[in-house]
Amino acid sequence: MTARIGVVTFPGSLDDRDTQRAIRLAGAEPVALWHKDKDLKQVDAVVLPGGFSYGDYLRAGAISRFSPVMETLIDQAKAGLPVLGICNGFQVLTEAHLLPGAMLGNDHLHFICRDQKLRVENTETAWTLDYEAGQEIHIPLKNMDGRYVADSYTLDQLEAEGRVVFRYVDFNPNGSLRDIAGITNAAGNVVGLMPHPEHAVESLIGTGRTDGLPFFTSILKKLVAAS
Amino acid sequence: MSLDTVENASKTPDVELPWAELGLKKDEYERVVEILGRRPTGAELAMYSVMWSEHCSYKSSKVHLRQFGEKAPQSDAMLVGIGENAGVVDVGQGYAVTFKVESHNHPSYVEPYQGAATGVGGIVRDIIAMGARPIAVVDPLRMGAADHPDTRRVLPGVVAGIGGYGNCLGLPNIGGELVFDACYQGNPLVNAGAIGVMRHEDIHLAKASGAGNKVIMYGARTGGDGIGGASILASETFDDAKPSKRPAVQVGDPFQEKLLIECTLEAFAEKLVVGIQDLGAAGISCATSELASNGSGGMRVELDDVPLRDSTLSPEEILMSESQERMCAVVEPSKVDRFLEICEKWDVIATVIGEVTDGDRLEIFWHGEKIVDVDPRTVAHDGPVYERPYARPEWQDALQADDANKLPRPSSSDELKAQVLALVSSPNQASKKWITSQYDHFVQGNTVLAQPEDSGMIRIDEETGLGVAIATDGNGRFAKLDPYTGAQLALAEAYRNVATTGAKPLAVSDCLNFGSPEDPAVMWQFAEAIRGLADGCLQLGTPVTGGNVSLYNQTGEAAIHPTPVVAVLGVIDDVARRTPVAFQEEGQLLYLLGDTKEEFGGSAWSQVVHDHLGGLPPQVDLERERLLGEILISASRDGMIDAAHDLSDGGLIQAVVESALLGGKGARLVVPDGLDAFTFLFSESAGRAVVAVPRSEELRFNDMCGARGLPVTRIGVVDGDAVDVQGEFALSLAELREAHEGTIPGLLA
Repeated sequence: MTARIGVVTFPGSLDDRDTQRAIRLAGAEPVALWHKDKDLKQVDAVVLPGGFSYGDYLRAGAISRFSPVMETLIDQAKAGLPVLGICNGFQVLTEAHLLPGAMLGNDHLHFICRDQKLRVENTETAWTLDYEAGQEIHIPLKNMDGRYVADSYTLDQLEAEGRVVFRYVDFNPNGSLRDIAGITNAAGNVVGLMPHPEHAVESLIGTGRTDGLPFFTSILKKLVAAS
Repeated sequence: MSLDTVENASKTPDVELPWAELGLKKDEYERVVEILGRRPTGAELAMYSVMWSEHCSYKSSKVHLRQFGEKAPQSDAMLVGIGENAGVVDVGQGYAVTFKVESHNHPSYVEPYQGAATGVGGIVRDIIAMGARPIAVVDPLRMGAADHPDTRRVLPGVVAGIGGYGNCLGLPNIGGELVFDACYQGNPLVNAGAIGVMRHEDIHLAKASGAGNKVIMYGARTGGDGIGGASILASETFDDAKPSKRPAVQVGDPFQEKLLIECTLEAFAEKLVVGIQDLGAAGISCATSELASNGSGGMRVELDDVPLRDSTLSPEEILMSESQERMCAVVEPSKVDRFLEICEKWDVIATVIGEVTDGDRLEIFWHGEKIVDVDPRTVAHDGPVYERPYARPEWQDALQADDANKLPRPSSSDELKAQVLALVSSPNQASKKWITSQYDHFVQGNTVLAQPEDSGMIRIDEETGLGVAIATDGNGRFAKLDPYTGAQLALAEAYRNVATTGAKPLAVSDCLNFGSPEDPAVMWQFAEAIRGLADGCLQLGTPVTGGNVSLYNQTGEAAIHPTPVVAVLGVIDDVARRTPVAFQEEGQLLYLLGDTKEEFGGSAWSQVVHDHLGGLPPQVDLERERLLGEILISASRDGMIDAAHDLSDGGLIQAVVESALLGGKGARLVVPDGLDAFTFLFSESAGRAVVAVPRSEELRFNDMCGARGLPVTRIGVVDGDAVDVQGEFALSLAELREAHEGTIPGLLA
């Protein structure tokens, strides 16, 4: 029996089907979750995918955070359910206060789509076990509101506790403080990042790299080990 | 003014209506009166005026466009042809692909962001309306001079609008072009193309059949935006003296459109839809009259039931509004509840606004009174048809006599080198990364190739690797020198671009951008371009499946260069066999395919170095294009080439520099016997490509070209970190990269 990983579709989610594909390619079973449904269908982990939920007209993730599905998800995440937020999903996680800080508009004021170099700073989380510490990877990045900010106390705390999971290398694409691309909560089960690992899982597609696949094999390994 | 009902119109034949303000000519208005046997009501006038506008009725272009049907090549691939929302072609394995290119030129000049955004929105709804899931967009753009202040206003807004809308819809942007030329100052061209995929059995058409079936409007509420857009905006020449037309541009909501896509596809999947039409230009007027006239019966519509954003709108305004993100579906009564449920699931407003009737009239009611009673065919299909006078302009001979081949050429290696740098850094030949990096090309996880590749390529079946490719091209300078040849060159280039990536060209869509049809010279350009394109499509066996005409792209007397933009769609059995532009491996051999002649008329070199436009464009040999395509496809399928790039603007040196920079690998080039370095590097002869062949494949590749009679010349090798033209000059990749990639950010960032 394999792990069942839920992918939430909010209105305006765009990468939900891509994320399901990545989960399938990693060998797990993707389960579609619906924003109006509180039922998480007993999945073993959840991914909040990228997109422009509710058009991001108010503030990215600000409305999705109040979806019925989030009520259950917030409780279960606090109880240890592994959750990955990609791009808009990361924004939803900060709006839901499952992760600290916030995302502002890119400092150059443009949408940016590029193959982004990252360094994996923490390989202890549920989603990064399969990376090596300090490993440099390339993952597509594409967003309008990707500038991670937090007060310096929070940033120092994240650094001190090793909770900066990914950092931009060579080029900071959006003005994120301390080049932060992704972070985790104190327990290490909730991870959010701006780049899109689900777009780097097949050698033929996109940038042709598969550097994102370990996200999904990591969680599978973690869940299989736990069961 | 009190409500103008049909009854009232019959009783008051002498009431003067503002037909001229709505864009109708006097004889057109008289025709409406003749058709109805009375004066039209205000609402009827609104409908006729938008539907008979140039934009909706193709009244000036129709007589010429017929050639696309009359000369259509036999093609088993064609499933749905011209006349529907978009053409549909069979790509095998039970899949059908629909694609189309449209213009949103005038709105994008008035309001760049919203004009471009709603251009994307409109073309995507055309794709959904065929029953397909949209899988990619492309955006061919033409702007005024790169350093003109207004280009700084228009272009960033257009790019942000295309990105803002397409990115939010989750559609990868995989291709397109950007050309700067002073002739587009004041008349930028913003064309948008989209592709969608479906199973054969899922094809839907815009027709209302079956008396008693319900007409459901769903999507956004109807507001005051875009009223008269079709008639007034798209069908008149801009004139500085008139007041701002800003209120006639629509405002887009891509989030609403994303919901519309998902809810429409869900309704299709449950087979709930008899007929469907999107609401674009001419809004409800267009949707109801087209659905009714294409179906078997009439239609009765209660206009009061249309959900409004602004309750003060008059019935005429509701009929003309071009509010975005709206669709109209015809649904059997027993399936209405389920249809509405799906809309509710996606939080999409849906309302039954009428039903299909036994009769043959389109009747529209407001507050219980009949305000429209027309034969829908007369609105949708029987618009005026003009045989506009056309004549080869007097200046054409002088233009062609001004031979670019006689322009001064570089007299030393240093000068040659300087001109190469000038070429690759010129705005038209420079890297467009600053723009394309604002578009998502990864979403949906099926993008095999995206710009700056020769064609965009999308996988459509994960199991088999079946994919489709699309390329758009159109060189207005060539078309100005000779519209017939120019149109064929656009077709040849797009065809070649598809084949270069390894896909087999199947079908064509076009967006024909021209000046005012009331100018006989423009009309001649238009007629010649269509004749060229239709002849070319017949010869290449690629039918035109649909497209769009944009006229009146001119300010005062100055028309744009005739700019037929041609999109070619291709299919590839296994995307793993695609050929990229980038050089892959050092030591691979570079071959030039095709013949290089002294052809500089309309070339990038003549523009960049001499600011010159004159002479004749390169000759077209479509049989050669077909042969070249076959070789490129075979070589890709059999693994004989690792990189390929078509030769077009800027000639061989431009292609080699691009392949080198993308691959991060240089090239050593040797000028072949019988050619001088200048012609070798800069000529823009058509029917050519450069390929990189692994040494192990050299023999096989040469044999294949030899056996099929395609001229092939070994011109060098992939090597080092410079582009080194032996005996002439070398330019390091670093130097080339700075020149090629610095220009556009320097102008716009």
